[in-house]
Amino acid sequence: MAEIETHEYDVIVIGAGGAGLRAAIEARSRGMRTAILCKSLFGKAHTVMAEGGIAAAMGNVNSGDDWRVHFRDTMRGGKFLNNWRMAELHATEAPRRVWELETYGALFDRTPEGKISQRNFGGHEYPRLAHVGDRTGLELIRTLQQKVVSLQQRDRAEHGSYEAGLRVFAEFTVTDLLRDGDRMAGAVGYWRENGRFVRLTAPSVVLATGGIGKSFKVTSNSWEYTGDGHALALRAGARLINMEFVQFHPTGMVWPPSVKGILVTESVRGDGGVLRDSAGRRFMFDYVPEVFKASYADGPEEADRWYSDPDNNRRPPELLPRDEVARAINNEVKEGRGSPHGGVYLDVAGRLSTEEIMRRLPSMHHQFKELADVDITSQSMEVGPTCHYVMGGVEVDPDSAASAVPGLFAAGEVAGGMHGSNRLGGNSLSDLLVFGKRAGAGAADYVSGLERRPEVDPADVDEAVGAALAPFEVADARGAENPYAMQSELQQVMNRLVGIIRDGEEMCSALEQIAEIGQRAGRLAVPEGNRQFNPGWHLVLDVRNMLLVGECVAAAALRRTESRGGHTRDDHPRMDPNWRSRLLGCVLRDGAVEVSEQEQEPMRADLMRLFSREELEKYFTAEELAVEETASRTE
Amino acid sequence: MGYQARLRVWRGDSESGELRDYEVEAEEGEVVLDLLHRLQATRCPDLAVRWNCKAGKCGSCSAEVNGRPRLTCMTRMSLFDPDEVVTVTPMRTFPVIKDLVCDVSYNYVKAREVPAFTPPEGLEPGEYRMQQRDVERSQEFRKCIECFLCQDTCHVIRDHAENKEAFSGPRFLMRVAELEMHPLDDYAERGGDRPEESRGEHGLGMCNITKCCTDVCPEHIRITDNALIPLKERVADRRYDPILRFFRRKKE
Amino acid sequence: MSAPTTTSGQRRARTLRTDRWWLPPLGTALGLSAFVIYGLVRTFMNQWYWAPDQHYLAPFFSPCLSEACVPGASHLGTPFPDLAPWVPPPVFVLPFVLGFRLTCYYYRKAYYRAFWAAPPACAVTEPHRRYTGESRFPLILQNSHRYFFYTALLVAAVLTYDTVLAFQGVNGGFGIGLGTLLMVVNVVLLWAYTLSCHSCRHLIGGRINHFSKHPVRYRMWTWVSGLNGRHMSLAWASLVSVALVDLYVMLVAAGAFPDPRLIN
Repeated sequence: MAEIETHEYDVIVIGAGGAGLRAAIEARSRGMRTAILCKSLFGKAHTVMAEGGIAAAMGNVNSGDDWRVHFRDTMRGGKFLNNWRMAELHATEAPRRVWELETYGALFDRTPEGKISQRNFGGHEYPRLAHVGDRTGLELIRTLQQKVVSLQQRDRAEHGSYEAGLRVFAEFTVTDLLRDGDRMAGAVGYWRENGRFVRLTAPSVVLATGGIGKSFKVTSNSWEYTGDGHALALRAGARLINMEFVQFHPTGMVWPPSVKGILVTESVRGDGGVLRDSAGRRFMFDYVPEVFKASYADGPEEADRWYSDPDNNRRPPELLPRDEVARAINNEVKEGRGSPHGGVYLDVAGRLSTEEIMRRLPSMHHQFKELADVDITSQSMEVGPTCHYVMGGVEVDPDSAASAVPGLFAAGEVAGGMHGSNRLGGNSLSDLLVFGKRAGAGAADYVSGLERRPEVDPADVDEAVGAALAPFEVADARGAENPYAMQSELQQVMNRLVGIIRDGEEMCSALEQIAEIGQRAGRLAVPEGNRQFNPGWHLVLDVRNMLLVGECVAAAALRRTESRGGHTRDDHPRMDPNWRSRLLGCVLRDGAVEVSEQEQEPMRADLMRLFSREELEKYFTAEELAVEETASRTE
Repeated sequence: MGYQARLRVWRGDSESGELRDYEVEAEEGEVVLDLLHRLQATRCPDLAVRWNCKAGKCGSCSAEVNGRPRLTCMTRMSLFDPDEVVTVTPMRTFPVIKDLVCDVSYNYVKAREVPAFTPPEGLEPGEYRMQQRDVERSQEFRKCIECFLCQDTCHVIRDHAENKEAFSGPRFLMRVAELEMHPLDDYAERGGDRPEESRGEHGLGMCNITKCCTDVCPEHIRITDNALIPLKERVADRRYDPILRFFRRKKE
Repeated sequence: MSAPTTTSGQRRARTLRTDRWWLPPLGTALGLSAFVIYGLVRTFMNQWYWAPDQHYLAPFFSPCLSEACVPGASHLGTPFPDLAPWVPPPVFVLPFVLGFRLTCYYYRKAYYRAFWAAPPACAVTEPHRRYTGESRFPLILQNSHRYFFYTALLVAAVLTYDTVLAFQGVNGGFGIGLGTLLMVVNVVLLWAYTLSCHSCRHLIGGRINHFSKHPVRYRMWTWVSGLNGRHMSLAWASLVSVALVDLYVMLVAAGAFPDPRLIN
C-alpha cells in the first residue's frame, strides 16, 4: 500500500450534519486545518429531516422563558438522568448559537417585532422553537453549509485555494480510526465513488456521525444512520453510555408500507393537531403520568383553551414528551383501538384552516399528498411510533466534548448524556450547535496544547485497508452471507425484541440472535461488482457497525431493570429512583462488548434548587435528597 | 395487490453502458426508489443509486424516469400503467459515475462562486430585526433541497456542455437572487453588485426563461417568476434602463 | 478545479419522454401563427374598422393616427400623413403593441419553445449546435420590455377611451350593444394582462428589498404578483379577445350582420 492517498490535517470531523459542520466551522475559525468527511454528498445529512425547530430560550414569544426554564424542561424530559452540566450548557448557550446562524445568513420565521419566531413543542413550557415553517433542519444544514463555503471563499482570497484550510471529503466512508499509543492519530477511509483508500493524519478527530436508527426496521432514519461513530469510538477504546435509551417518535407514517416510519413532525401537534383512536376519542387524556399531572389538562375543554390562553390553562396531553405519547399510541393499537393500518389518527384539519396548514406545515401537506394520497387539510393522518433517535452515545466531558481517548471528541447524536433517558423535540438541533461548537473548540485547544504530533504506524493503515477489503475475498460462494439479507434480519430482531416495549426474556433472545448473526458476519461477502460505487460492499461495512451497536443497545437494556424515558420494560414497568444516578457504560474489551455500571456525579446544589422539593421527590431517592439538603444548609 | 413491474434501468459507468430490462415486484403505494431498492436487494446488489431520506427532503435520489427529471422517492408507481415499461436513467446533464449516480461536482463548484451572505456591520448576533414580509421571498428560495433537477433539465447546459463554464444554472442564479433580496445583506454596501455578477459571472443572459426549472422543481419553487425574472429586471435597472439610471445618478 | 464539461458514455436518444411532449409547442405555434396571419390580413385589408353608427373602433386600428383613417375613426387626431395605400394606419401603432407581446416574458417562453425549439419541451434535446440565449444581440434587446410596457399602458388607456365612446346610442345619447360588452371584456383582459407583466411587478415594488418600509407599494406588489401568477392565461385570453373584438367590429362595419342593441 505504498501509494495510498495521504492528507494531513489538524482536526478531522467525521460527519457533515449540524454538529459536524458547526465543529468544523469552529475549528477552522481557530486556525485549524480541518477536514470534513461525510458519507453522502455535502448538504444531504440527516439534519435536513428535522422539521420542528431549534429549542432556545430566547423569550421572543413569551418573555417568561429563560435558560432555567429550558434546563428544567430538559431534565424533566430526560427523567433526571441527563448529564446536568451538559443540560446547563445547552440551555444557556442555545440562544447565542441560534442568533449566530442569522449572521451566517439564516432566515427564520419572524415575530411581528421582527425577532425570531418561536413555536410550542412537546415538553417545552413556553413557545421556544425557532423555526422556518416545517423545514428547520434544512435551513440549519444549508446555513452551515453556506458558512463553510464562505470560510472557503475567505481562504481562497488569502491563500489562493478554496481548500487551503477547510476541505470537504464528500461520499467518503471512514472505516477505522488510527492511534499512536492511546492517542488519536488519524483515520482511514475510502472514496465511495471509486473505492480508493485514503489515509488522513491528524491529532484530533471529532465524531459527529449521528445515530443508529437504521438498526431498526421501522425508522425515520436514513441509510447513513448505521452507528458508524458509535462503533468507531468503541473500537478506538472510548466508552458509550445510555445506549439502552432509544427514542421512538410517536408519529411516523404507517401507510403505505413503503413509507412506514417516515416522520410526521411534532409541529403538527404543537400547532394544534390532536390524536384520536378508531372511535374518534382523544385518548391522550388517559395517559398523563403522575409526574406530569400538574401541567397537563385532564379534559378537552381546558386543553382547547390552552392554545389561546396558555397562562391560565394546562397544556393538551398531545404535547407530553415523546416517550409518553409513543407508549400511549402503542397501547391503543395493541388494545385494538387503532386504525386499519395499525396506527392512530392525527388530525390537524379540525383546528387549523386550510391556509394556516399550508403556511405552517407545507412539507407535511406535500409529503402526505404525494406519498399517501391524503390531504391533511381535510383528512386525518394515520400515524404510529417509529425509531427516531438514540439518547446514548460516546461519553464526553461536557465542557470540551472530549472522550476518554485523548484527541477523540464527539458531538450531536453520537455523544451521550445530554438528553438523559429521553430527548425533547427541538433539543436536538440546539444540541448539535452548542456541542458542535464546543467539540470544535475542544479539538482546537487540544491540538494547540500538543507538544508532539502523533505518528501513524503504516502497519495500522495496511491492516485497516485489509479489513475493509476482506469482503471481496470471501471466495466460498456457498458460505457467503448477503449483506442486504443480514441487515434486514438484524433490523427485524431489534424492532421485535429490543423495540419500544421490552422484556427480559425477549432481550436475552435478541442477544443470542445478534451473537449468532455476528458469527455469520465474518462471512459477509460483496455479492457482485468491484470497488467502484458498490452499495453491496458499503453495506457489508455498515452491517458490522450495526451489529456492534445493536449488541450494546440490547445488553444495556437487559441490564437496566426499570422503565424510564426511551427504555420501557414490561417486566419492570416502574421508574426506580435507585437507577436514576446509575449509568450503563459499554466498552469493547478483546472484541467483546462489556457493560458496566457507573455513578453519575450529583447535580450541583444551585441547579437542584431550580426544582421544587415535591418534584424532586418523584425522581430522587430519600438519601440523595438528604445529602443535598445538608449541602445547601452548610452553603 | 402486488404486480410484476417492468423496469428499464441504465447500467454502466463513465466509459460505457446500456439500458437493461428487469421485472420487479411492486406493492401498493410504492415509489420508483422502492423498486430500485428491491432490485438491489434481490438481483443487482451493486446497482449504484443515491438516496437518503426517502421523503423528498434531501434531494439525493434525482434521476430521469421515462425521460423526465424526478426524485425517484417521490415518483409513485401508480403514475404508470402496470404493463408500461418504466425507464430510469441518470441525470443527463452530469457525467455518469456508475449506473444512476452522476458526478454533480459542477454544482458545488458553482456554489462556491456565489459570494456568501455579508453580515451587516455593527449588528451583533441577537440584534437582527427583519419583518416576515421582507424575508418571505428569500425564504421561498431557501426551500431548495439541492436535488439539482433544475440544473439537469436546463437546456442551456443539458444540451450545451460548453456553457457550463459561463452559466451557473437556475439553482445558483436563484441563490444570487436569494442573497440579493435578503433584507440585511450588506454586499452592495461594501461595493458588490449581485445582479451585475449574475449577468457577468453566472451567465443570467443565457437563460431564456423557458421555465423547465420551475416545472421540474419538487419543492414547487417558482424559480423563473420569482428569482430569475426579477433578477433580469434588476439587471435591466442597472444596464438597460437609461432613464432609471439617469434618475438614480441624480439622486446620488 | 473547474466545472466538468463533458457528459461521456451516455449516447442516448434525443429524449426518453414517453408522453406527447410535442403537443403543447405545436398548439402554441398554431395559435400564435393564426393570430399573426389574421393580424397581417386585417392590417392590409385596411377597411371596415370603424362602425360609425355604433361608435365601434376595431382594436387593431386604435388609435388611428394617420390621415388615411376613415372619418370619425381618429379620436386622437392625425399626426401622420397618408403615405401610401400599402402603409395602413396600424403601421404606426402596431409595432409598439406587438413589441410588448414580443418581449413579454411569457411569449418569449412560448415562441422560443414553439418556433425556435430552444428547447422544444423540457428534457427534449434542442437541435442547435450553439446557444447563447439572450446574452447577445439581437436577443439582448428583450431587456427593453419595460419600455414596451410603458407604451402598452398608453395603448390600454386609448382602448379604454374607445370603449367609453362605444357607450353611445345609434340615435345619440347613451347606448349599449353587444359590441360594447365585448369591448369591455377585451379592455378588462388587456389591462389585466398589461398589469400582470413581470416588468410591472418589478417596477411597482419588486425592486425594493424592504417591503415593510413601503406598505403601499408592498400591497400593490402583492396584488400584481397575484395577477402575475396568471400571466400566461391572461396573455392568451387577451390575445383571443383582441382578435375577436376586431373581427366583430369588422363584420358590423362591413354590414355582415346588425349589432344586437341592448339599450338604444
